[in-house]
Amino acid sequence: MTEDLPEHPDFLWRNPEPKRHYDVVIVGGGGHGLATAYYLARNHGITNVAVLERGWLAGGNMARNTTIIRSNYLWEASAGIYEHALKLWEGLAEDLDYPILFSQRGVLNLAHSQQDVREGARRVHANRLSGVDAHWLDPGQVKEVCPIVNISPDVRYPVLGATYQPRAGIAKHDYVAWGFARAADALGVDLIQHCEVTGIDVHDGRVTGLRTTRGPIGAGKVALSAAGHSSVLARMVGLDLPVQSHPLQALVSELLEPVHPTVVMSNAVHVYVSQAHKGELVMGAGIDAYNSYSQRGALRVIERQMSAALELFPVFARAHVLRTWGGIVDVTPDASAIVGLTPIDGLYVNCGWGTGGFKATPGVGWCYAHTVAHDEPHPLNAPFRLDRFSTGALIDEHGAAAVAH
Amino acid sequence: MSGDGLRHATEGRIDRGTVLRFRFDGTAYSGHPGDTLASALLANGVRRIGTSVRLGRPRGVMSAGSEEPTGVVQLEAPFPDPMRPATMVELHDGLVASSLSGRGRLADRPDPARYDAVHAHCDMLVVGAGPAGLAAASLAVRSGARVILADERPEVGGASPDTEGDDWFDRAGARVLTRTTVFGYYDDNYLVAVERRTDHLGAAAPGNLARERIWRIRAGQVVLATGAHERPIAFAGNDLPGVMLADSARTYLHRYGVLVGRRAVVFTINDSGYRVVADLAAAGVEIAALVDPREATGGTVGGQVGGRYGGHVVVAAHGDDAHGHDVLSTVDIEPVGGGPTVRVDADALLVSGGWSPVLHLYSQSGGRLRYDEVVGAFLPDGCRQAVTVAGAARGLTSTTACLVDGVDAARQALTALGITPVDWSPPSVGAGAEGPPPATAAPGGVPDLRFVPAEDYSTHFVDFQRDVTVADVLRATGAGLRSVEHVKRYTTAGTAHDQGKTSGLLTSAVVGQALDAGIAELGHTTFRPPYTPVSFAALAGRDRGQLYDPVRVTAIHDWHVRHGARFEDVGQWRRSWYYPAEGEGLAEAVRRECVAARTGVAFMDASTLGKIEVQGPDAGRFLDRLYTNVMSTLAVGAIRYGVMCGLDGMVFDDGTVARLAPDRFLLTTTTGNAGPVLDWMEEWLQTEWPDLAAWCTSVTDQWATVAVVGPRSRDVLARLAPGLAVDAATFPFMTWRDTVVAGLPARVCRISFSGELAYEVNVAWWHGLALWEAVYEAGAPYGITPYGTETMHVLRAEKGYPIVGQDTDGTVTPQDLGMAWVVSKKKADFIGKRSFARSDTARPDRKHLVGLLPEDPTLLLPEGVHVVDPACLAGGRLPEPPVPMLGHVTSSYRSAALDRTFALALVAGGRDRIGDRLYAPLDDGRLVPVTVAGPVLYDPEGARRDG
Ligand SMILES: Cc1cc2nc3c(=O)[nH]c(=O)nc-3n(C[C@H](O)[C@H](O)[C@H](O)COP(=O)(O)OP(=O)(O)OC[C@H]3O[C@@H](n4cnc5c(N)ncnc54)[C@H](O)[C@@H]3O)c2cc1C
Repeated sequence: MTEDLPEHPDFLWRNPEPKRHYDVVIVGGGGHGLATAYYLARNHGITNVAVLERGWLAGGNMARNTTIIRSNYLWEASAGIYEHALKLWEGLAEDLDYPILFSQRGVLNLAHSQQDVREGARRVHANRLSGVDAHWLDPGQVKEVCPIVNISPDVRYPVLGATYQPRAGIAKHDYVAWGFARAADALGVDLIQHCEVTGIDVHDGRVTGLRTTRGPIGAGKVALSAAGHSSVLARMVGLDLPVQSHPLQALVSELLEPVHPTVVMSNAVHVYVSQAHKGELVMGAGIDAYNSYSQRGALRVIERQMSAALELFPVFARAHVLRTWGGIVDVTPDASAIVGLTPIDGLYVNCGWGTGGFKATPGVGWCYAHTVAHDEPHPLNAPFRLDRFSTGALIDEHGAAAVAH
Repeated sequence: MSGDGLRHATEGRIDRGTVLRFRFDGTAYSGHPGDTLASALLANGVRRIGTSVRLGRPRGVMSAGSEEPTGVVQLEAPFPDPMRPATMVELHDGLVASSLSGRGRLADRPDPARYDAVHAHCDMLVVGAGPAGLAAASLAVRSGARVILADERPEVGGASPDTEGDDWFDRAGARVLTRTTVFGYYDDNYLVAVERRTDHLGAAAPGNLARERIWRIRAGQVVLATGAHERPIAFAGNDLPGVMLADSARTYLHRYGVLVGRRAVVFTINDSGYRVVADLAAAGVEIAALVDPREATGGTVGGQVGGRYGGHVVVAAHGDDAHGHDVLSTVDIEPVGGGPTVRVDADALLVSGGWSPVLHLYSQSGGRLRYDEVVGAFLPDGCRQAVTVAGAARGLTSTTACLVDGVDAARQALTALGITPVDWSPPSVGAGAEGPPPATAAPGGVPDLRFVPAEDYSTHFVDFQRDVTVADVLRATGAGLRSVEHVKRYTTAGTAHDQGKTSGLLTSAVVGQALDAGIAELGHTTFRPPYTPVSFAALAGRDRGQLYDPVRVTAIHDWHVRHGARFEDVGQWRRSWYYPAEGEGLAEAVRRECVAARTGVAFMDASTLGKIEVQGPDAGRFLDRLYTNVMSTLAVGAIRYGVMCGLDGMVFDDGTVARLAPDRFLLTTTTGNAGPVLDWMEEWLQTEWPDLAAWCTSVTDQWATVAVVGPRSRDVLARLAPGLAVDAATFPFMTWRDTVVAGLPARVCRISFSGELAYEVNVAWWHGLALWEAVYEAGAPYGITPYGTETMHVLRAEKGYPIVGQDTDGTVTPQDLGMAWVVSKKKADFIGKRSFARSDTARPDRKHLVGLLPEDPTLLLPEGVHVVDPACLAGGRLPEPPVPMLGHVTSSYRSAALDRTFALALVAGGRDRIGDRLYAPLDDGRLVPVTVAGPVLYDPEGARRDG
């Protein structure tokens, strides 16, 4: 299973100077911003577009996530957009002509209590009716899918079963981001790096442009896609987003010969882990509890997830952590994203993906581009409107969605 | 190469009198105490110890420390351990190791070793026990500070093999942690280290000793004396075994008594290479050539040198047919800028591309780094935390300078701590030495040579472990990449085991050259913990197995075990699930337990319910804001059921509130939510309503609770509590009494979660078992039956009482549960109130909790199945997905009382569908017809409550 990574192409993107005006400016050059730019150009023919990124392209959460892709969410609205994304993932390497290493090795969500079992069963039933592949496995079947999982009944929280989505898996995050970036660049989109947006100009309730560290840039429409810094940007126009920013950490081991063929997630024994293409174990767990914009967290969180990892996978004991890191995730009260219009004309927002937005990348790009192009949400992101926090039409994925990664 | 004569007769700090046997790739070798695996292999003439991951090229040992980029091996015995730098593996008898091609192997059996962690506090933590660190620690100890000194090596003295003597260091005065790597520097001067305690002992390691120990250190001040790493230079074939960092050759000589070759070429761009020449020549190594791109080579050479090549560079290293192509045999030398090639035979090529201060921890701490053109590397440039960098870690090169700097750093740190430093300097420095000297390059200055120009860069290696060459880096910049972070990701340089310790600056230099930008402008990639790899097991420590999470059991637990209870985990609690009698399964046992509760008497251990006491003059006001209903009007002696919602108006927890005194309330919470509810209360009290005089205390483990349930429960209680009037009129429902039960002081509450006459008897935790046994005995004439959580669930479900977290999921309002009555219309405000007015929360077609009766009364609906409207079916079959779902089954049981199966479900507009037929699609494809009912299926009039 371990393999050398395919080489990146000889050419990725231009490094143009920003123009004075664009039809659409996307703020945030993460996976979502880049995918949105690509689909704006490809699906809607809108190419006078810039993506403004304050650091290096796709260096935020896109470069830091654990790349788990699945669509087996509980609610119909979530399953709808994630399943749309999953279908796009299935054709993405070809579409972008980039080896994004999408590997459909399946994802297991383990259950460790009677309540976990009930929630898992509920989600499997809901997924099937939504058209998402979903199975309930007993501990023996879990062991068949992933032989190194400890299913002994003599552990603190024995594995009582798992939900399983065979079409789920992982991809290589940089390859995905660069695939979208290269394709967008080729269609004429300007990717502007080291260009931080410091202000948003609004006249008569309509957005007109941006102030940036590389000078003012005029814009017909502005699409925010700044993940952990979304609330900072929204504040620039007096908009309070119901988003809290937290560090989320992850880590990798050294390269190891194949031991782990799938992706395992556990909420109760909190850890999720896969073995990436080259052979490193990639692992994460929950957010650091405190709000922060610094991309670092506390070691305690890592120590706890290591304990959890060894509960589930005793053979990992002598693997070594090579590197830990953190990203800043944007968490909403109902653990679902916000994608849609804002009270300001021509200003759109995409945020709130929290710990789980990598898997949505192509799906968000597709729907958000539609929203920007038509000034109206795509049916799949319509439920994810900002005003649901005042109407109460929440999409609460806390309860039963296991971990939201 | 044969190993004969590679061991020097006298040099090194090894114990020649003792022989250690080890195996590498199946061959037996020997070494001595004091050796590392790397030094022992080199002494035995083993040069190739691995194969590169991508290109399959031979790999040998490059360094003598933890920065080792190539000599990474698999340990097989005493226990499989992947990817260990041979330079850091201390040799012991019986060690078995094998070569790798870039990937390690995990054991297929569990690791028998133990791991632990300790917390330590100190005034000053000194990281690195080289000259600067020792001097710093020494001054601090003499000045009366509490000092921890940590170093990754087995002994103090530092990386440099120069032995100036350090007998002035008072080991006993400080806590000296050797074999201890400080690997993380977090906020508030919290640093974390790992101590390797047994690996070097091999089979002799005592079994009870933790193999690795994590030190969690909180330091008032930190002195980082972490030294510097020598850098390689990129030229063709610079990865061949035999090519090595120059100063490491001195370490192998002086520390291990090992000659890294018999005939060496030294290629250096600074004067530190000259001491290598001198020492090796003195030890009998033939120096075939000294190559230095500077015209005027600085220092004098203290030894015989075959050829001096000022103004030259090494352009290539090769193997040959005679010696094999996987080790070095010749070196090509050319004038800078091109010219005739000189080919020199050599079995060692010792390279010094300058020194990089080790600033990983400094950077992790939040410290900024600045590229220094003079030193040719990054230097510390300010940090918010209480940290000082000393010695080679800030670019100093001479031992004396480092000693002076260490003293100076300690002086600063002590002053900041409010401790007066004594007047002391290491003897070799002499009194009155004024420090600190400015950072300088190695004497002689640094030419900007990072890689040797060539036409073909495909074997100019930058990152040896990831097989990244100058050509790869140039390809990345050619693709449009401008950031070192992008280049790292494009090429994977710096992502291997060594995390770019030797390759980072080299990569930046190549990028800089390609883009015509300075290294200062490009910066460096981010340093992240850990400094060197740390085992998963060390980080997990003792928090494994039963200690992963504490198992909480009640005071009555042993009785449950003795009586054959089956258990379930509810949060951290282990609760009795059911008590099977001989030959019974879950279904039979639960049926028997239910019948006992409904027709006679049964009892359960309810001690795990969360209990929180709230006290203070504002306690009532506080609870009014917390619960949806009014609590402040509760009379002393009375009890009220209450619901708490989140800000979104969704049910968060439920339980009872008893008023103990005008300013004292006792709350119960669900078992799993006791912690979160207390956190929630504290969050509101501390952050939103600090003006309220109310205090919360968890008393869950103070009270053991036994619920006595069923029509005969009054008889049982009467026998146990003769002083208590138990009749319904004197002791009505939802009141409590303090009394004596079975001779024990007790609080009895008339609460029922089953719909039957019931009492909850609370006694001090340590009386729990005595009470339980007394109840068992007093109930014996009535056939009292113990029951567990499953029966509790069935009894409450028959009555339509929801369980928060099972029948709710954070999207359910009290009104959805049919409990509009619990939401006060009168109170000005409470948490969640505003949300009930939101359009979606007020929708009439929200999901309601209802009962479901399968038309086949023997069919048990699986929990979690969904229900659909018959209108969506086509020809009796489900339509194509997405199928519209009306809701799902939250609870489903067989009921003895109803003599049939039943379920609770959340169904859209459910209360308006009572009597309707819906369908539940099962796993096996069946569509099961069910009838919607009200949620209360048993005794809807509540006639049984008073017995
Ligand atoms: C450790 C970790 C693990 C994760 N694991 C998973 C997983 O397994 N599966 C999954 O589906 N999701 C996962 N996620 C979540 C996922 O990474 C994010 O939801 C997703 O990447 C967010 O979208 P993005 O890629 O556009 O964000 P980002 O890559 O963060 O992009 C936002 C960009 O906006 C830029 N920006 C911010 N402010 C400004 C400004 N003022 N001007 C200009 N630019 C600005 C930022 O620099 C950044 O590049 C994980 C996240 C983390 C941190």
